[in-house]
Amino acid sequence: MLSVSIQVEDFDSAQLQRQLLAGAMEEGAVATFTGYVRAANTGRDVQAMQLEHYPGMTERSIEAILERARARWPLLAASVVHRVGRLQPGDQIVWVGVSSAHRAASFSACEFVMDYLKNEAPFWKKEEGAQGAIWVEVRNEDRSRAARWDEKTQA
Amino acid sequence: MLRVLFFARIKEELDCPALELHWEQSIADLDSLQARLCRDGGEEWQSVLGRSNTIRAVNQVVVAGNSPLVDGDEVAFFPPVTGG
Repeated sequence: MLSVSIQVEDFDSAQLQRQLLAGAMEEGAVATFTGYVRAANTGRDVQAMQLEHYPGMTERSIEAILERARARWPLLAASVVHRVGRLQPGDQIVWVGVSSAHRAASFSACEFVMDYLKNEAPFWKKEEGAQGAIWVEVRNEDRSRAARWDEKTQA
Repeated sequence: MLRVLFFARIKEELDCPALELHWEQSIADLDSLQARLCRDGGEEWQSVLGRSNTIRAVNQVVVAGNSPLVDGDEVAFFPPVTGG
């Protein structure tokens, strides 16, 4: 089962993990990732963060990433929750949960989903700080983290 | 009709979230549409849409290079993505 939710509301990761596992008995391993708003980014103080997305395309592009992960590893379920709107430092932004029979697939797929989400899903961050509001620039490290999956053989 | 959407920095700089254009043969591909938008919008549009890192999507799928457009298509212009 694959699921994607783009939402303004905060989320409860314990509840999301229970939903991911709902009723299943074959799962031996769940890997999850939670991303938060940092109070400082590349030396700038962040007072708030505005997250914009492309309704429709964002959901489709994350679904496509989950499909690619499921084609690559024997996943039982995978889920992504991503918030949009105005967030404060310390707020949760994104949750990725992946279940599989064994840990290697869960660990790898969770990281794969997050790396591609950062590269392909149409979200844009704007930081508000003392110097005003600025659009966040792409980090080269985020691009290279996704690219390395092209070279890797299956974990 | 072609529906054209702009996001994030591009939307702000153009002060335009979306517009609609009557589809016709002269804008039946992405490059021609962009040329039309720049012609109508002037220098500002030319410099904003013409940036080398501008991403273009047709019907919510990113396309590299030019792409044909048919009546009813949704086209989007946006900067590199920074979610997660």
